[in-house]
Amino acid sequence: MSNPVTVEKYRNNFLREVEANVEEGDWVKRCMQCGVCSGSCPLGPHWEHPPQELFMMIRAGKRDEVLGSSSMWMCTSCYNCIARCPRELPITHIMHGLAHYAKRLGLSPKNQQTKKFAQKFWDNLSKKGRVNELKLGLSLYFMNGFMEGVKMSLKMQKVGLGMLKTKRMSPFEMLGGHGCKDSKGLQAILNKAREIEEAKISKFQG
Amino acid sequence: MAKHNYSFYPGCSSQKGASSSNQLRSTQTICEELDIQLNEIPDWNCCSASIGYAGGGQLPRLALSARNIALSEQAHPDQDIVATCAACWLATREANDRLNENSTLMAETNKALKEGSLTFKGNKKIRHMVEVLIEDIGYEGIKKPIKKPLEGIKIAGYVGCQTNRPFGINGESFENPVYLDKLIATLGAEPVEDYDKKVSCCGGALMFSEPEKSQALVKDIIESAYDGGAEMIVTPCPVCQMNVEVYQEQINKKYGTKFNIPSVYYSTLMSVAYGRSAKDAALDGQVIRAIKLEEIAAK
Repeated sequence: MSNPVTVEKYRNNFLREVEANVEEGDWVKRCMQCGVCSGSCPLGPHWEHPPQELFMMIRAGKRDEVLGSSSMWMCTSCYNCIARCPRELPITHIMHGLAHYAKRLGLSPKNQQTKKFAQKFWDNLSKKGRVNELKLGLSLYFMNGFMEGVKMSLKMQKVGLGMLKTKRMSPFEMLGGHGCKDSKGLQAILNKAREIEEAKISKFQG
Repeated sequence: MAKHNYSFYPGCSSQKGASSSNQLRSTQTICEELDIQLNEIPDWNCCSASIGYAGGGQLPRLALSARNIALSEQAHPDQDIVATCAACWLATREANDRLNENSTLMAETNKALKEGSLTFKGNKKIRHMVEVLIEDIGYEGIKKPIKKPLEGIKIAGYVGCQTNRPFGINGESFENPVYLDKLIATLGAEPVEDYDKKVSCCGGALMFSEPEKSQALVKDIIESAYDGGAEMIVTPCPVCQMNVEVYQEQINKKYGTKFNIPSVYYSTLMSVAYGRSAKDAALDGQVIRAIKLEEIAAK
């Protein structure tokens, strides 16, 4: 067990925490605040804090504001920021990393829709090793409660019918559906990977 | 044995009854014409695309791709890995690069893979089907099987994001890649010139979680295709294809537009130009029918 005083001291240095625990987080200090990432982002206007602002906030130690922000959940993974960043920061990956880390710590906004969807996607794929699009779609419609789900299903009815008619969606996916043969082996791999990662992170969290 | 052999990573959405099963069907058709054999990686798994990050940390996500590569190394040791899906290609290539650049991550990933009795070596090339077509077959080679040039059709080449960034196709620019335009011209059709939304984002997976914001992006992509005189949109990416095709009615309702433009895969275009049937070209997979292509296929 680590000393709470050290932990407190450590937590005050949010940049170091990000460097240690967030995917590609050691790049954050290299941002030169040019803002090309924000100007290049397709959902730019919808970010509470655009990427270069998040980077500065990390350096300023604004831990709660950064991790509690909905910003990084706006990333569409278009890679425009990566392609254009003059300092070659892997911004897309840092956003995914920040989002994951915030969620892991339970600090991300409660009703963030992309957070919910991204979690459902992961749960869906890790179950059998392959995504079941039908179950994923339905769980998505109903992720905000039953009534919302019925409303959403009605709204999406035509899209669904189009996909059914063209055989790009199959009702049979409801009964089991596609998956890896060795889904047990796959899960063992994922569990081990998670275990290694958690051990690393707890080392820094205290 | 076919002239060109690859270790093939088809991806979840290409499976039977899934959203880009039409892409797989038309890809198989063009492969027959071009003497390409795609050997499926046995028991491949999902790559977690670019949206698995809420639940999956870096290492579990890397392990997913590493498992696929390790299985390919075992089954097809001398073949490059090829993917048709932009997200599959990107995730696999990213994992391959990152593990090769970072010995700690490589060791940790292999520790995890050991639980499934696998080892990742990481000496394979991870390629996109478009790279295979352009680099291994070449525009001249692509031209050879053409029986019905797609004359008189104007097409907007929508490259999208992940086939283009961060890796893209060798020799092409991120801001204005021209390979899709060249491919359209090679098939006898006319590419829309200065298609300003050709590398703009369709919202990707956020179409599901942020539909209004994403549909606003798609609206611009379609509008710009119409502005350029396009009769259809062609794309290499399953997410682009679907996002641009299936929400047009909802967009029309919201914005008062009158969109009704087919969005097809390059492999569908090629299959029709190669004189193959509507079924082989997967034209029955169009939610918005590509009537002009159907007419050519029926000729």
